[in-house]
Amino acid sequence: MATSKPSIAVHKFSSCDGCQLAFLNLGEDLLQLMELVDVRHFAEAGILDEEADVDIAFVEGSLSTPQDLERIQQVRAHAKYLITIGACATAGGLQALRNLADAKEWVAAVYAQPEYIASLDKVQPIRAAVPVDFELWGCPVNGRQVVAAVRALLFGVAPIDAKDKVCMECKRQQAVCVMVARGEACLGPVTRTGCGALCPSFGRACYGCYGAAENANAVSLGMRMQGLGLPAEQIAQHFETTTNQSPLFAQATARWRGQHG
Amino acid sequence: MSEDRKLEGRKIRIRVPVLARVEGEGALDLSIENGMLSELRLEIYEPPRFFEQFLIGNPAQDVIDRVARICGICPVAYQMSAVQALEAIYGVEPSLWAQAMRRVMYCGEWLQSHSLHIHLLAAPDFFGVNSAAELARLDAHAVRRGLRLQGLGNALIALFGGRSVHPVGVRVGGFHSAPSLVDVSAVTERLREARTEADELLRWVASWSLPDDNQDFTSLALRHPGEYPILRGRLVSDAGHDLPIDQFDTHMREFQAPHSTALHALLDDKPYLVGPLARLNLNADCLPDELRALLAEVGLELPSRNMFHSALARAAEIWLAVNEALSILQDYAVPDSPYVEHQPCEGEGVGCTEAPRGVLWHRYTTDANGNVKTARIVPPTSQNQARIEDDLRQSLLRLGLDKPEDELRLHGEKVIRNYDPCISCATHFLRLRVVRS
Repeated sequence: MATSKPSIAVHKFSSCDGCQLAFLNLGEDLLQLMELVDVRHFAEAGILDEEADVDIAFVEGSLSTPQDLERIQQVRAHAKYLITIGACATAGGLQALRNLADAKEWVAAVYAQPEYIASLDKVQPIRAAVPVDFELWGCPVNGRQVVAAVRALLFGVAPIDAKDKVCMECKRQQAVCVMVARGEACLGPVTRTGCGALCPSFGRACYGCYGAAENANAVSLGMRMQGLGLPAEQIAQHFETTTNQSPLFAQATARWRGQHG
Repeated sequence: MSEDRKLEGRKIRIRVPVLARVEGEGALDLSIENGMLSELRLEIYEPPRFFEQFLIGNPAQDVIDRVARICGICPVAYQMSAVQALEAIYGVEPSLWAQAMRRVMYCGEWLQSHSLHIHLLAAPDFFGVNSAAELARLDAHAVRRGLRLQGLGNALIALFGGRSVHPVGVRVGGFHSAPSLVDVSAVTERLREARTEADELLRWVASWSLPDDNQDFTSLALRHPGEYPILRGRLVSDAGHDLPIDQFDTHMREFQAPHSTALHALLDDKPYLVGPLARLNLNADCLPDELRALLAEVGLELPSRNMFHSALARAAEIWLAVNEALSILQDYAVPDSPYVEHQPCEGEGVGCTEAPRGVLWHRYTTDANGNVKTARIVPPTSQNQARIEDDLRQSLLRLGLDKPEDELRLHGEKVIRNYDPCISCATHFLRLRVVRS
């Protein structure tokens, strides 16, 4: 079909479906979005054409089976821009915690007949297999992020990459600092903004949903947690976030696990 | 070769590429031999994500934050079953305020999930279109109303959790924070307006031409005196079960089938149904009079043996969620504290709540620090898997196996979608393969 509208596709790999909901939860704006762009593939929304050429492919989920590796090549081949949405696609997600352990043993622990289960040794982010043009961080990403990305590309400009820290947003909101006031181990000083500093505004510590911020100093934050009286094992646990495979958090986890063991 | 011999030796292999509008990926395998159904399997490819393993060694709050990530569509259900089990272990009882607000938050999830299913996933089947976007061209009013109700569900969850996907508000003993009066009254206003829309929605779904396909099946749901079940009760069935939640696994057995990475579950070795229709079948007497009258008016007799009434059951639960949330929030007051303190300790506990798709059962054991030692989670979709296969077998036979593949496929998809299966960790799509020989 000849059309002048930009086209998009939404693909899913190993995930909880929560980032696709950034589209499906747009409410009436979803209908408007569907007028502005030509949605060629979005299985959960009932639009199917996996091999259609598109301007933007949004990819949710991490790579965890041998078939995933083949499929992501196809997605890349049919997309002008590839944008990953969420922690799974950009950093492997919570399920990448199994990279730290012996996955085969885990299969045996959960499934009675492990030989039926085909999976890769390591859970990988999309970037490990194909070039990625832009990454939207978050567990989950929200509607504002995906709409802003589509809008920016409609205008022909690169989307803004928010790399600031949750701490900054928290200060702007004038929320009470949970680390200073209550001695809680908050990841706000090293975590990328985007959620609106939700957890501190609810009176609890940030747990790192949006991954590592720009110029973050996890070593220093770990020492501060030690100063708060946390044992090494608990400090390591704090860095085992839904973006545990982003280098900053992976290194911090390894560092404190090493001291523990 | 004669024409007959050609037919006899005919072996057709069809791959209908994609079943859309389900959460996640699976496949349907059909083999038809000499006009008989020789094999039928609903495959689920959900790559293993090992969630139970990620919980081990972790404190309660990490468990609550992590189990949400099992499903982006029903994270509240996972958090509630988990927190209930942990509270049972630590011996902490949330205040009446917190219990009521958890019910409101859960109503938000029913509202969000059921609206999404009715409008974006199920409705297109009954209007001969492929997507809600196409449906909106036929009936923009209905689709917009549905998306508004879905949005209201999200707003209710966000009121207590900051966001509707992976909310951050729930903790052992209650909530991290209590919403302000201003925020509550803004949502209450929307709930008040939504009452009429919920009414219209139910009538709209009742007007769909739902197939009339009565089947024999067992319904299982929570049941608690005087209230429609969401967060508490005993597990009852119309096959005579009446169990405290911690006895569920003496009758429910999980096993692994080669074609699926989701464990199957049987109740006393038989398939059974969980979810909106099962809840409604077992709890019709707990519905408000106004809703009962409305259901009678649109001609729904309960209990119903017609699985396709699930759509109507979802619409009824949307009505219930809107009205229930409104009646609880009408008298909202900010409490002195949104949670009660607790001391983590060693023990074993079970949590069981009614996720949008049905019974969601968790059991944990903890060590002396209250950290998780073992975890077991039984989600609704794995419980329904055997029932779905049973239903497919009966429905396709009734439809007629001689029907063209397209019709078999479409009906099969319709049957599967009707259960709103949440294969949320999956990667590909449902493919139908028919092998005729």
